[in-house]
Amino acid sequence: MPTVTMTVNGKQVSGEVEPRTLLVEFLREGLGLTGTHVGCDTSQCGCCVVHVDGRSVKACTMLAVQAEGAEVTTIEGLAADGSLHPLQQAFHENHGLQCGFCTPGMIMSSLELLQRNPDPSEAEVREWLEGNLCRCTGYHNIVKSVLAAAAAMRGAARAAE
Amino acid sequence: MGEAKTAMVHRPLPHDSAAAHVTGEAVYVDDMPEPAGTLEIFLARAPVAHAAIEALDLEPVRDHPGVACVLAAGDIPGINDISPTHKGDEPVFARDRILFWGQPLFAVAAERLATARQAAERARIEMKPLPAVLSIEEARRRGDLVTEGLVLERGDLREGLRRAPRRLRGSMGIGGQDHFYLEGQVALALPGENGEMRVWSSTQHPSEVQQMVARVLGVAAHKVTVTVRRMGGGFGGKETQASQFACIAALVAARTGRPAKLRLDRDEDMILTGKRHDFLVDYEIGFDGDGRIRAVKMELAARCGFSADLSGPVTDRALFHADNCYFYPAVRLESFPCRTNTVSNTAFRGFGGPQGMLAAERVIEEVAFATGLDPLEVRRRNFYRRGGRDRTPYHMRVEEELFAELVETLAAEAGYEERREAVRAFNRDNRWCRKGLALTPVKFGIAFTATWYNQAGALLHIYRDGSVQLNHGGTEMGQGLHIKILQVVAEELALPIERIAIAATSTGRVPNTSATAASSGSDLNGMAALDAARTLKRRLIAHIASRWQVPAESIVWGGGRIRAGDRETSFEELVEDAYLARVPLSATGFYRTPKIHWDRRRGRGRPFLYFACGAAMSEVIVDTLTGEYRVERVDILHDVGDSLNPAIDLGQIEGGFVQGMGWLTTEELWWDGEGRLRTHAPSTYKIPACGDRPRVMNIRMLEGRPNREDTIHRSKAVGEPPLMLAISVLHALSDAVASIADHRVCPRLDPPATPERVLAAIERLRRSALQTAAE
Repeated sequence: MPTVTMTVNGKQVSGEVEPRTLLVEFLREGLGLTGTHVGCDTSQCGCCVVHVDGRSVKACTMLAVQAEGAEVTTIEGLAADGSLHPLQQAFHENHGLQCGFCTPGMIMSSLELLQRNPDPSEAEVREWLEGNLCRCTGYHNIVKSVLAAAAAMRGAARAAE
Repeated sequence: MGEAKTAMVHRPLPHDSAAAHVTGEAVYVDDMPEPAGTLEIFLARAPVAHAAIEALDLEPVRDHPGVACVLAAGDIPGINDISPTHKGDEPVFARDRILFWGQPLFAVAAERLATARQAAERARIEMKPLPAVLSIEEARRRGDLVTEGLVLERGDLREGLRRAPRRLRGSMGIGGQDHFYLEGQVALALPGENGEMRVWSSTQHPSEVQQMVARVLGVAAHKVTVTVRRMGGGFGGKETQASQFACIAALVAARTGRPAKLRLDRDEDMILTGKRHDFLVDYEIGFDGDGRIRAVKMELAARCGFSADLSGPVTDRALFHADNCYFYPAVRLESFPCRTNTVSNTAFRGFGGPQGMLAAERVIEEVAFATGLDPLEVRRRNFYRRGGRDRTPYHMRVEEELFAELVETLAAEAGYEERREAVRAFNRDNRWCRKGLALTPVKFGIAFTATWYNQAGALLHIYRDGSVQLNHGGTEMGQGLHIKILQVVAEELALPIERIAIAATSTGRVPNTSATAASSGSDLNGMAALDAARTLKRRLIAHIASRWQVPAESIVWGGGRIRAGDRETSFEELVEDAYLARVPLSATGFYRTPKIHWDRRRGRGRPFLYFACGAAMSEVIVDTLTGEYRVERVDILHDVGDSLNPAIDLGQIEGGFVQGMGWLTTEELWWDGEGRLRTHAPSTYKIPACGDRPRVMNIRMLEGRPNREDTIHRSKAVGEPPLMLAISVLHALSDAVASIADHRVCPRLDPPATPERVLAAIERLRRSALQTAAE
């Protein structure tokens, strides 16, 4: 079996995997990072979104070996030094979740949006999140959370200048 | 005794697991660390919809390298039946007959799922195909019901129809719905000593899973403990449907002595589990030229699938809501729970109520188009009213008139009359795009119609450090039940919420619980938890009153301090003092819903404690060349009594509405002629996505209107009712289509109103308009 090595949440990890092992399986079963969920198994629901080299990826649509040498960030790696990322904070405060199953994927997906576009319109948020399904919330508070996080991050960026 | 409340209830606190969800820390069953040696299970499914099994040779499967165990019907030590109503019609594994396409035939367990899946391919099955009954029409012709139907009657229907100045009949097909909870069905079973079995299941009904696992294993219920920390969504789909997978995991664990996990992937989940019932409603109505209904006859037939499951109560509830808010002077409603060779349909948010309500609203629409009146005016003229027009078809008096008030308030606030004019003007000026507008009310009965389910238990412990642990019989599926119950207990004990921990729901803590269903979670469990908290508080007050030699009435309890005159102690000190004095610091609580009763045989009673009400107004725009449409704006006014948690309730309203909109618009389940479900993944079954939400959505909860019944802090149930607010979207689409024929022909737009169906309705009305012109 091939060995795969990558950096996950800032830590270098390696493991033996079958070539057909999905990245999400490696993260969940190999590394115990179960915050990344599997909702549809077929790359449609977005529950398994993680970042690979700064881009959001559905981890059930990528093989673990394809992430060889990559920087992977999962929901567990988002909070820095024990304090929540503004997106996490915003989903918490704006009731952007109910059952919570889609939440990690929603947050990881939104993270790339805000990295690309720090000031998205509501329509842009809605379009960006088309690939992330939620069955509980009706998306209202999810969109509100992303917009709130964007505002908080812009505020923090201005303060840092 | 004085009260100094901390006002924990009625506050918009976040979900108790919110922090764990945003960090990925929250654990679902599939996230639990697997014990060493855990087996994975694959279910082999029937390849046809109906057949006699003549031979099932599983030896080649057993011989496959890596297979730990293979189980079929003959390998069940207890009873091969998980019918929740004990009808004996729902085998864990098919016995001698295949009853639907996808039915589990046998299970294969191996350390790796891929091994089990490969091994299953090696089974040799000989079958004799039998004719499959797939549609409601066919099942009705055959008269094959899964359970006895219900008749609700009041007044003289025949005379009412005969004397009505106008009459019409029609029929309406209503589509089903897949739950599409994001977390699919999953269970983990861990065998213990002496025949014990521990099961972690994603279920809304742990007590039933416990009972079913015990039946299937052939052991007493006390050997089985079922635990539920949370579900990744339920919506009714985990009320009975979790049993089968928990039972199979437990069977494998019992047989092998090893931990066993069964997790369905999305396709398996959609193929194997029951859905919202699709219905076929035939109606005949008598009315007058003023749009007043004189008599209604309805036959509501449901596709139940191969077994009864909860189809009896589901079709009963459809009948209970086939009046919605309208008085029928003479009425006869009858249900037909039809048996078909399809998956066994089950509970889904609203539990038949939404289908009944759709039929009621179709009646309104028919009367409106037949009389030329605005549908809203027809609704108003037929509302239940006190004094002679307040009896439901099940003879319960409607004391609640809130729906009428909600409708008037919403019509005024959202500008129904002005917008009706604007829509008319738009449709006059636009040939291809048409707008539609509709305002529909909701009146939903709250209580389980099986009266005995309306009970709940709780267990409260106070530990010596003053921290509190709470268990109750309800399960958390995202609806925010736990935070609401925490608020209730925090309020009663006047403690900060952090001092109270809610533990996973377990059959070992609170026994014989009801399903977390029927919107009743906080109504029932909130009261039970309150009862337990009051018991402990009474004991502590009696203790300190006797210690201080003061009357109990003089004790002031609030903000973590307990006072009487100049004496004062903290909650923690009081608890430790009570412990040393050997005061029991653990208590159970119990609640049974008052007032309700129901005689099904006579079709009379008061099955509901109260009604939850709402009103919604939707505006849509339809492209009449393609049938495509957009929901432009939705205004909602909803009644939650005195909300226990307005943020949670608002989330239920938003989410319920969007889920209902999905059901009535884009979510189309499609079986082929062989009875194979062809929409078993999100690629072919479209639930609402982020961009499908209405462009403008204004939601308001009615304030200052506590529940007239003595419910937990005068709140109202909110889980199911908002789903039915989405009926306004269907009616707005119908209104837009009706403009094609100048609102003189009822479009009879049956849900799901996919663009294809909308286009078909448009073309039907175009032909009808041409005919009228030609005449």
